[in-house]
Amino acid sequence: MINAVLSGDMPRSRVLALILGLILICLALAPFLFPGVRTVDTAARICVFIVLVASYDLLLGYGGIVSFAHTMFFGIGAYGVALALTHMGRGFDAIIVGASSGALLAAVLAFVIGLFSLRVRAIFFAMITLAVASAVAVLVSQLSGLTGGEDGLTFQTPRALGPAFKFGDELFGVKLNGKLLSYYVVFLGSLVLFLLMLRVVNSPFGRVLQAIRENDFRAEAIGYRVVYYRVAATCLSAAVAALAGSLYAIWLRYVGPDTTLSMEIMIDILLMVVIGGMGTMYGAVIGATLLVLAQNYLQNLMGVAASLVEGVPVLPQLLDADRWLLWLGVLFILSVYFFPTGVVGRLRRG
Amino acid sequence: MSMAPEHAPTMARLSLAQRLAPWMPVLLVPLLVVAGLLAIPNTSSWLTLTVSGLAMGMMIFLMASGLTLVFGLMDVINFGHGAFVSVGAFVGVSVLLMLGGMTGAPSLALNLAAMGLAVIGAMLATGAMGWAFEKVIVKPVYGHHLKQILVTMGGLIVVEQLIIVLWGPEEIYISRPEALKGAITFAGAALEKYRLVAVGLGLVVFAAMRWTLRRTKIGLIVRAGVENGEMVQALGYRLRLVFVGVFIAGSALAGLGGVMWGLYQEVVSAHMGNQAMILIFIVVIIGGLGSVEGCFIGALLVGLMQNYVAFLEPKVALISNIGLMVAILMWRPMGMIPVVKAK
Repeated sequence: MINAVLSGDMPRSRVLALILGLILICLALAPFLFPGVRTVDTAARICVFIVLVASYDLLLGYGGIVSFAHTMFFGIGAYGVALALTHMGRGFDAIIVGASSGALLAAVLAFVIGLFSLRVRAIFFAMITLAVASAVAVLVSQLSGLTGGEDGLTFQTPRALGPAFKFGDELFGVKLNGKLLSYYVVFLGSLVLFLLMLRVVNSPFGRVLQAIRENDFRAEAIGYRVVYYRVAATCLSAAVAALAGSLYAIWLRYVGPDTTLSMEIMIDILLMVVIGGMGTMYGAVIGATLLVLAQNYLQNLMGVAASLVEGVPVLPQLLDADRWLLWLGVLFILSVYFFPTGVVGRLRRG
Repeated sequence: MSMAPEHAPTMARLSLAQRLAPWMPVLLVPLLVVAGLLAIPNTSSWLTLTVSGLAMGMMIFLMASGLTLVFGLMDVINFGHGAFVSVGAFVGVSVLLMLGGMTGAPSLALNLAAMGLAVIGAMLATGAMGWAFEKVIVKPVYGHHLKQILVTMGGLIVVEQLIIVLWGPEEIYISRPEALKGAITFAGAALEKYRLVAVGLGLVVFAAMRWTLRRTKIGLIVRAGVENGEMVQALGYRLRLVFVGVFIAGSALAGLGGVMWGLYQEVVSAHMGNQAMILIFIVVIIGGLGSVEGCFIGALLVGLMQNYVAFLEPKVALISNIGLMVAILMWRPMGMIPVVKAK
């Protein structure tokens, strides 16, 4: 049964299986295990980022294509839901329309970019996506009439997903309200999308992608149309990223350039994929969990460390909580050099 | 046995279109300028826009030329190139702020001397940084594009953060040297002095670069290395050393471009390299990866396009460059002047 659900791609390491099981249980029972606004918020963020990173892994780890437009697709999904809920009223139909049109638009855009760049050289793709993504980010902040500009959009989700909706009294001391339902929408949506990605990479299509990653010339010689497969992977990954964006918008009830489109999120995604382990899907789970947790809790620790070395020149600035990215950057470079297979690869080997 | 096919040689001259085809990329620049003249009703504002477009193009060329050469020579794609732009701008601006007495004086000679010192400082700093960057970050990942992109991106993040550590997170505002402020009026159009300087400097650098590449021994080795590196190595040249040299020179040029760009915008921030990278990539792609001439033409096209469109339809300006790139890639998928590799 488990084998079928995981599409035959078992963790293949006892420690890894244990960690993954632990993460699954923690996320599934997060509102009961860690009641609190902030902890549940962190759990929801982890769920969404697992899907987002997994969809990026399909592109980077399995297809060997570097994209810098993944936040753009994420943002398209989020803005799709936001705009639909703003203009169609707070109903589930609006969510469905918004999410599906967002995913469709993301796939179409990915198709166009892919056709333009992937038919020549795969590295064009990295550069072109960077340019397009930044243009879109500027466009979103300029078209303030539609998107709310820098302020973003605040909107109302269906009543059943809001904290005012109550469907029972209390269960294990947790209030049974719409916020709880909203968390489970995000959790189940993420779980389904993740299992879907796992299915895709373990299908014949995924195998061909891996073959192309290893040696595109040979794959072409065997008779696979490399461009088709690469473009298809790009579209699929864009659509899933857009759906992850929709889930995030439903959870936050807000979209803005900072939460969905910024370069910082793109860098976060890159770090999560590389640290978790490229081309392993489970790496997305580990990477997203580690990084989101670290961002929420470790940053405070850096602040403490900075105050400890007060008086020493330069050191406090280096350890400042805002310089978090500096250390992540160093970690990133080191992990590309020394652990290209990431945490998952390490665990599987040893 | 079948008959030999009819052989009817024609001595007709190549048609005009056929003879023009190799020159099309070069002709695109004047074509765009003329199109601008037709679209913009006011001649004097057209002249102002053309000069500022050319100035912007020259600065982008300065920043982008190193990237394209490094790629052509060693197949190394450096996503951290923007870091050199930022560092160059910060070092240059710091030097200028230190030389406040020289930049504040209304004497052209003193101002230019201060600019010169700032540029030299910036180029030395970014050149040294380029050397270190090559050694620490790029060297271990030769021949592996995916890792190159990831690692150099990581390098960009680290350098950007280090700039914030050293110079603080605030943007630094800088005014241009006294004699380069303001504009001169020519044929009813106001031409900013600084832009004219930028155009002049860009032309000088392009000419020097072309001369080095076409007329000197080292240029010959570089060009041969772009075309067929293995053969150059077989002939006994240490291409790696040449490559390191090109990398350092390209980084120094990016630093120069950074100083010019910072003074052009009159503000420098740690993210400016990241923003410049976007224009640089567009230019490098439409020019043809590895081609210096293509990069020059592409930079001019992007600069002119951006200025014309910003005047005519400000909202569209953001995506005009993307549109230009799409159009050129539809016309020539490998860029305007594709580099032919003998492999």
